[in-house]
Amino acid sequence: MTNTTNKFKLSRRKLLTSAAAAGAGAAVFSGATPYSFVKGAYAADFRNDPSSQSFIKLGFNVPQTGPYADEGADELRAYQLAVKHLNGEGDGGMLTTMKPSSLKGNGILGKKVEYVTGDTQTKSDAARASAKRMIEKEGVTMFSGGSSSGVAIATQSLAQEMGVIFMCGLTHSNDTTGKDKRRYGFRHFFNAYQSGAALGPVLKDEMGTDRRAYHLTADYTWGWTQEESIKNTTEGLGWETVNTVKTPVGAGDFSQYITPVLNSGADVLILNHYGKDMINSLTQAVQFGLRDKQVNGKNFEIIVPLFSRLMAQGAGENIKGILGTTNWNWALQDAGSQAFVKSFGQEYGFPPSQAAHTCYVQTLLYANACEMAGTFYPPEVIKALEGFEFDGMGNGPTEYRAADHQCFKDVLVVRGNANPSTQFDLLEIVKEVPRAQVEYDPSIFGGELGPYEV
Amino acid sequence: MDAFVLQILNGLDKGGSYALIALGLTLIFGTLGVVNFAHGALFMLGAFCAVTLKKILTISKQVKDESITFFDAFKEVPYLEIWFGETGAAIIDYAVPLSILLAIPVMLLVGLAMERGLIRFFYKRTHAEQILVTFGLAIVLQEIVKAFFGANPVPMPPPDLLTGSADIGAAIGLGDSVIYPWWRLTYLLFAGIIITAVFCFLQFTTFGMVVRAGMQDRETVGLLGINIERRFTIVFGIAAVVSGLAGVMYTPIVPPDYHLGMDFLVLSFVVVVVGGMGSLGGAVAAGFLLGILQSFASMNEVKEILPGIDQIIIFLVAVVILLVRPRGLMGRKGVMES
Repeated sequence: MTNTTNKFKLSRRKLLTSAAAAGAGAAVFSGATPYSFVKGAYAADFRNDPSSQSFIKLGFNVPQTGPYADEGADELRAYQLAVKHLNGEGDGGMLTTMKPSSLKGNGILGKKVEYVTGDTQTKSDAARASAKRMIEKEGVTMFSGGSSSGVAIATQSLAQEMGVIFMCGLTHSNDTTGKDKRRYGFRHFFNAYQSGAALGPVLKDEMGTDRRAYHLTADYTWGWTQEESIKNTTEGLGWETVNTVKTPVGAGDFSQYITPVLNSGADVLILNHYGKDMINSLTQAVQFGLRDKQVNGKNFEIIVPLFSRLMAQGAGENIKGILGTTNWNWALQDAGSQAFVKSFGQEYGFPPSQAAHTCYVQTLLYANACEMAGTFYPPEVIKALEGFEFDGMGNGPTEYRAADHQCFKDVLVVRGNANPSTQFDLLEIVKEVPRAQVEYDPSIFGGELGPYEV
Repeated sequence: MDAFVLQILNGLDKGGSYALIALGLTLIFGTLGVVNFAHGALFMLGAFCAVTLKKILTISKQVKDESITFFDAFKEVPYLEIWFGETGAAIIDYAVPLSILLAIPVMLLVGLAMERGLIRFFYKRTHAEQILVTFGLAIVLQEIVKAFFGANPVPMPPPDLLTGSADIGAAIGLGDSVIYPWWRLTYLLFAGIIITAVFCFLQFTTFGMVVRAGMQDRETVGLLGINIERRFTIVFGIAAVVSGLAGVMYTPIVPPDYHLGMDFLVLSFVVVVVGGMGSLGGAVAAGFLLGILQSFASMNEVKEILPGIDQIIIFLVAVVILLVRPRGLMGRKGVMES
């Protein structure tokens, strides 16, 4: 065998050198510049970086089944509307009222917005599995959804582990932005502490300082923190807490929990329930004649600290006259709310719920933060959201507090409307409680946000 | 004393619903020897008979809602109200009780179709295979309901006449805290009537006598020239009707959704096992017993001593009864023991 030497033979070293030279040459001649020289662009790799594709994919993980399915369906409608508006379709909704805004209606950073959906089933494990699928298989760059705090906390920690931002949908537990807060999780919705702070003065005015309260509480993180917050508020007013009873989520028939209320000596029943549970417990409490009772010489009252129009719709006549708080209501007259209600109403034929509102706003806020940061790189997007102050989104001037990723804005105290003027006019706004009244020191709930880089 | 009476009432009310569901389940098991995991789905289908009738009665004309100016919104005015005024509104108000008339033929047909179309092919198969096929059927049925009616619970209020509560305390000389909703009392009465009717049917009619004989010894009855298979098919239909009616009347208590049947499935099996497999009297007795015990376990005084007892009481009682009486309260020797 002859050993011939080919002068054109390509060695491994030559190949690598030529490839590097060709790459650099191509970059120079095509006018491209290395990423590290562009402001706002990051050479660092991150999960599901959409830079190489013409679209960005978002994941909407909502309860399509289970006790919070009503809210989930409305959240999905809002997300779809938000995507439409971000892509420059429709009338633009709150894109036209948000201030300051970097959104242009051409997607996010020029990339068309696409989305995938998942069903949390209102269960933490199902929600995590669904979110994991979205991140690993569908390649979402951000995911969002509600409506259970247990689910929000579980998926928020997944977000931190995987380095993908989670914009919370409807979640009201203090823990979401308290002891379980995460750098990769952001909450626009208000919380149980803020409900208590907003509701307190109204309860004092309407029911006085000598009351005996009985709590029925959904047995998970949201119920516990709401019970604690409302209990602190009412006891601060001078009310006595007769009993606090935990009820399983999705109990259906609450009769065995309601009958002990009848002879407990309580004159106020506080239902720390949400969604289908609240519809059932309130309907059954009214069926047991609680609204018609007189105890301790006073009219028996029922309070639902966290209200929504969808729940009011489900509970029908039973909701009339009952006090609670809400994050937002479609009847608000500010330009942002009106723009959103108009878009949503034209699309679906009815006004949006508070769950829909918060999800819509969260999607726009994430998109805006990407535009502000000039990148999808999560640590930079997080920094753009932290401390961001904005207006024109329905709740007055709002701040995303950097210390705990909780939004601070006005809170509404509402009452089930006794004489609705329209078929959707189910909640009457009793008071718009100013932001200053519901602010608190982030250290009271503890917790650590965790690192930017994961 | 007031609390005691209230919990008894509550327990009877719960027991009534447990007994009704378990009655149909044990009827099928006792006659056909089939472990029917689709039984909860029959309860759910009954509830959706009520939802369907209400939807039919409230077929509406869309009228533009002029009070909404932001967007085009429409109000729905039922044709029944447009055509018949207050009479039409009253018919809609009584949608739930009227649904009984729809549920009887529908559930009978569903039961017959289920037995002839699927269950009969599994008589000679193992219980594990029966469980798998009926559980699969239950999932199919609930997904069909979900596709048509959505995932959300549908509010089904009782007639206006039966909303509110009965002041039982005043009637029996106790405190004014002893009140109980009219509809739940109606449900208890209804459960009593249905249970009595089923027992009378099996006890005092020739058909019932043959069925009971067949439950004891199917082969001998067959050798006498009686087509016991056909009678058992009809019994399956009757069991479906009983479960369906239980579902119809339950709708004002808990708004039904597609998952309603699964919520009751495990519970109804516990009731049947505690009562004794295949024993009708046992199922009814166990239904009321477990309902009352669950109600008392939810009392705050009890939960202070044993926290969380309300969640496990039913299963705890089942364990104790099965340890003491392995065949359940009124179980017969030889059933499920081959």
